[in-house]
Formats: sequence, structure tokens, C-alpha cells
Amino acid sequence: MDSHDPHDTPHDAGVSRRGFLTSVSTGAIGVVSAAHLAASTANEAPPDMTAADGQRAVTITVNGEARRLSVEPRWSLLFVLRERLGLTATKTSCERGECGACTVLIDGETRYACMTLAVEADGHAVTTLEGLMQGEALGPVQRAFAEEDGLQCGFCTPGQIMAVEGLLQKTPAPTIDEVREGVSGNLCRCGTYAHIFKAAQRAAELKGARS
Amino acid sequence: MIPPFAYVRARSIDEAVALLARPESRPAAGATDLIGCLRDEVFTAKAVVSLGGIEAMTGIAETADGGLRIGALTSLTTIVKHALVAGRYPALAQAAASVASPQLRNQGTLGGNLCQRPRCWFFRGGYDCARKAGDTCYAMQGDNRYHCVFGGSTCLIVHPSDTATALTALDAIVSIAGPKGTRSVPIQQFFVLPEKDMTHENVLAPGELVTTISLPAPRAGLVSVYRKARARASWDFALAACAAAITIEQGKVTAARIVLGAAAPIPWRVEGAERMLIGRRLDEPTRARVAAAALNGATPLEHNAYKVAMLRGVVSEALGSIG
Ligand SMILES: Cc1cc2nc3c(=O)[nH]c(=O)nc-3n(C[C@H](O)[C@H](O)[C@H](O)COP(=O)(O)OP(=O)(O)OC[C@H]3O[C@@H](n4cnc5c(N)ncnc54)[C@H](O)[C@@H]3O)c2cc1C
Ligand code: FES
Ligand code: FES
Repeated sequence: MDSHDPHDTPHDAGVSRRGFLTSVSTGAIGVVSAAHLAASTANEAPPDMTAADGQRAVTITVNGEARRLSVEPRWSLLFVLRERLGLTATKTSCERGECGACTVLIDGETRYACMTLAVEADGHAVTTLEGLMQGEALGPVQRAFAEEDGLQCGFCTPGQIMAVEGLLQKTPAPTIDEVREGVSGNLCRCGTYAHIFKAAQRAAELKGARS
Repeated sequence: MIPPFAYVRARSIDEAVALLARPESRPAAGATDLIGCLRDEVFTAKAVVSLGGIEAMTGIAETADGGLRIGALTSLTTIVKHALVAGRYPALAQAAASVASPQLRNQGTLGGNLCQRPRCWFFRGGYDCARKAGDTCYAMQGDNRYHCVFGGSTCLIVHPSDTATALTALDAIVSIAGPKGTRSVPIQQFFVLPEKDMTHENVLAPGELVTTISLPAPRAGLVSVYRKARARASWDFALAACAAAITIEQGKVTAARIVLGAAAPIPWRVEGAERMLIGRRLDEPTRARVAAAALNGATPLEHNAYKVAMLRGVVSEALGSIG
């Protein structure tokens, strides 16, 4: 951006000074671009604009934990989950909203992480497959997929499980048509659909049994 | 990775309009189409203006005269689930329900659905085609199986939006805000043919935004329906679609709108077929004659003749589900 002050490179603002350290445990270090802090003093850029080569401070609640990070405007939520937070259960596949491998919940609704900008997830709650674990034990939807053999190669499975989780949060006892609709945005190249539908219904039972 | 762009959030319509006045700034609603276009470099953006925080552009409200006002940022899922939409304007609820997948309906908005760019594979692919201000529409010579059978002249796209077809049958009004103030246009005048504007699908001037979509109060006896044929049942863009909004009083049709989707660069109203319905009962022979008439004047291309039969079929199904 022409409005971007060349002195404000994304990494010269000083990690410790600003304290915007992100999840060191996963190796992600980012800082708020000084560009957008300084933007209000630049003639052109509107206040609050993050420059194209800058980063923006966001807080995303991931699996119940508030994560403060700085992200480039162009980064997808999928990229941030996998490459910045080390949460690799969410899969990268088509990156065009066509396959569902990247399905997560945002504020309880199923969404494609590849079609969501991380800056747009700021202030929202994201649930990934890791968030369905109950400590070291599998959560009910995961258990149902294991019990019903709801997978073959398993690549689509995290997305399928998240689609079923999202469905059951809204519709605890879905009909088979509601199940089909609920996972209609998730492709399985191994063609395990019949098992996925069974797993979804088993998951509804397991969840019901729990509460 | 998407080429870099600046990012800013608008908190009000006025702020959005001011931000969009800057060069190559693009609004993001759900961004499900925007991200695809930026990733594939169909177009570029210097800045993305997030509309998500604009309260005045969300939600569904009944108007004083019994119609509905739908904020452009309302998600398709919200529209599908809304009792008044499903009850009074089923064509819109059905069209919204047929868009993409649950994940994309949770994220995609009505305004974004109307303003999405075409799916022509030359336009989306790396071709410098007429719609990108290049010299040629590659669909004239190339594989045009998904292209138009009406209204194509210098560019052969079909409009990709399901809700546009339904909203045209329902006589929706599109409210627009921009640098010169606000204006409202009937949806039929919102979309434009390539002969009028080769590089835009609608009348939005640079910096203009769709703020709300309004539906008139349904007349007594109004029935509406949306039918969509696609290559896969789970999700896909339409190969052929029809929205019909028919008013029946004392057994006879008193008003009719029949609009074809995936047929032309804009939602394609077939007024000749509509007129044939007035004063008649919606019986089987009438339906068959009207469905045939709806395709009068169609000019299929080398690879899309199947669309004529398919469109006739969806018109016939749409009318059959009403009659
Ligand atoms: C895999 C896949 C399948 C799809 N299937 C279908 C389908 O079957 N039927 C269908 O109709 N669509 C389909 N879509 C297209 C699209 O995702 C949806 O139409 C969605 O509703 C777009 O809404 P959005 O809010 O995400 O739009 P955005 O991506 O935010 O916006 C779309 C475009 O309009 C502009 N824009 C957004 N809001 C406004 C506004 N208020 N005023 C002016 N301009 C605006 C943006 O700058 C952008 O260029 C599909 C998309 C994908 C990726
Ligand atoms: S990777 Fe997101 S839908 Fe395929
Ligand atoms: S189990 Fe292999 S893709 Fe679904």
C-alpha cells in the first residue's frame, strides 16, 4: 500500500515491548504491525486500516482459549490454525470451499476455514476437532465415527466430524435427511457416506446418552 | 496464498461508502465469493473493506405495508430459517436453501449472493476475456456447455445467483448507498446485459453498496416456487432454474412472473409466457403450452442445447407444483 510507512515493517515493533507475543509453544511469533497503529497519523490511510504488508492484532477464542495473534489480512483462518497455532486436525485440501476438509465451528456454526479470513474471525469463538477431545478421550462424535467405521483413508474425517458436531448442536436428533443435508458440504473421496450417515446417528445417541 | 491486500472494518454504511471510494477497494460481506476471486486473481484488491460490523445492514424486518426488508448482510441460513420468508415468499427460501453447502450458507449473505461474479470458466480461469475488458468472449468458440441460451451478445455468461432469480419473480427492490447518496431500483433494472455493460453484472457504480433488499407485501392468492436442476444433488450451481410467482384468484391466474435462471447473463423474465397464463386455470395443457413458450427465441450454443429442454422442464415443474 502506498499509505504504508516504509519504516513500519511488521517485525520491527518489538515483541517484548508491545507484548503481543503469540503462542510461543507452537513457534508462532507475530507482532502487531505498527503500520495500523501509525496509520492515523498518515495523511491517507484511514484509522484502523491494516496495510497490505502489515499485520493486525486479533483475538480468536480457539477451543475455549483466547489466542492473541497478529495476522496478515490475506491469511485464511485455516492457515492460522495450522501454521500459526499448530492445530493440524483441520485439513487443507481444495482451498476453494468445495470439499469441507477444513470445516470448523465459528460461534457454533459450521464454516469453511479456507474461505474465512483470519481477520474476520477476530472476536469470535472457533472450535476445531482438537476441541472435541475430552482430555485424552475421544468426544462422542469422534467415538461414533470410530464405532461405525465412518472412514476409510480418514482425510475427510475431521471435517465430517465437525459438520456432524455442528448439526447436532442445532438438531440433537436429526432425521436421515437432515444428516444428509448436514454433511452435504463435505466430500469423501473414499465414498464412505453410508457409514458417515450411520456415525452421525450413533453420535446423536451418544450425545443424548451423555446429557 | 492470496496476493496481499489492506484490510479495514467499516462500522456504518457511511463509513463503508467513504472507504470504498478509495481506489481498488472491495467490500467483503461473507467473502465466500470474494476470497475465491482474489485467490484465483479474477480481480485484485488494494483494500478489503469488511462490512461485517454494520448493524444497519443485517436482519429481516416486516415493513409497515406488510412487506419484508432484508439487510444485505443477512446470511442465507437466516433467510432459509425465517418463518415469514418461508411462509410468504417460499421461492426465496427455496432458492436460498439451494445455494452451495450448509457451511457456505452460514457465511454467505444475500447481498453477496446478488453481487457475486459469474462462474464462466474462462472468466474464472486465467483468460483475459471480454468481461475482464479483454477482446474476446472465449465461450463463443470454446466449451460453452454452461453458458447462456438467452441475452448473450458479446459475452455469454449466465448469472450464477439462485436468489436473484427468485427475487426477480418476487418484484424485489434493491436499495443502494453510494458516494452520491442512496437510491432504490427494481431488481429487474439492477442486473444488466453485456450489451449495456460488458464488465459488470449490475448497475452498481464504483463505491456503491447494496444495503437492503425489500419485498412487496404478498398479494392475496400469491404462490411462489423455485426449481433448480444441477449436476449433483448435494450442491452445485444451477444448470437450469425457474422461479415462478403466480397469483390465483377464484381458480384463475390474475398475475404471473416466470423467471429463468442459468439461462442468460441476467435473471431472464419470460413475459410472453407470463401473459399466456392470465385469466387461465393452471391446468396441465396450459402449463405445457406456457413451458414451451418460455423457451421461444432461445438461441442455444454449440454445447448447451440440452439447456433448452432442461429449462422447459424446470418451468413445467415449477408451474406443476403450484397448479
Ligand atoms: C463452492 C461454492 C459453491 C457455490 N454455490 C453457489 C450456488 O449454488 N448458488 C449461488 O447462488 N451461489 C453459489 N456460490 C457463490 C457464493 O458463495 C454465494 O453466492 C454467497 O451467497 C456469496 O455471499 P457472500 O456474502 O459470501 O459474498 P462476498 O464474497 O462477500 O461478495 C461477493 C461479491 O459481491 C461484493 N459484495 C458483497 N456484498 C456486497 C454489497 N452489500 N454490496 C455490493 N457489493 C457487495 C463483494 O465485493 C464480492 O465481489 C458458491 C460458492 C462456492 C465457493
Ligand atoms: S479446504 Fe476448505 S473446503 Fe476444501
Ligand atoms: S475417508 Fe477417505 S476421503 Fe473420506
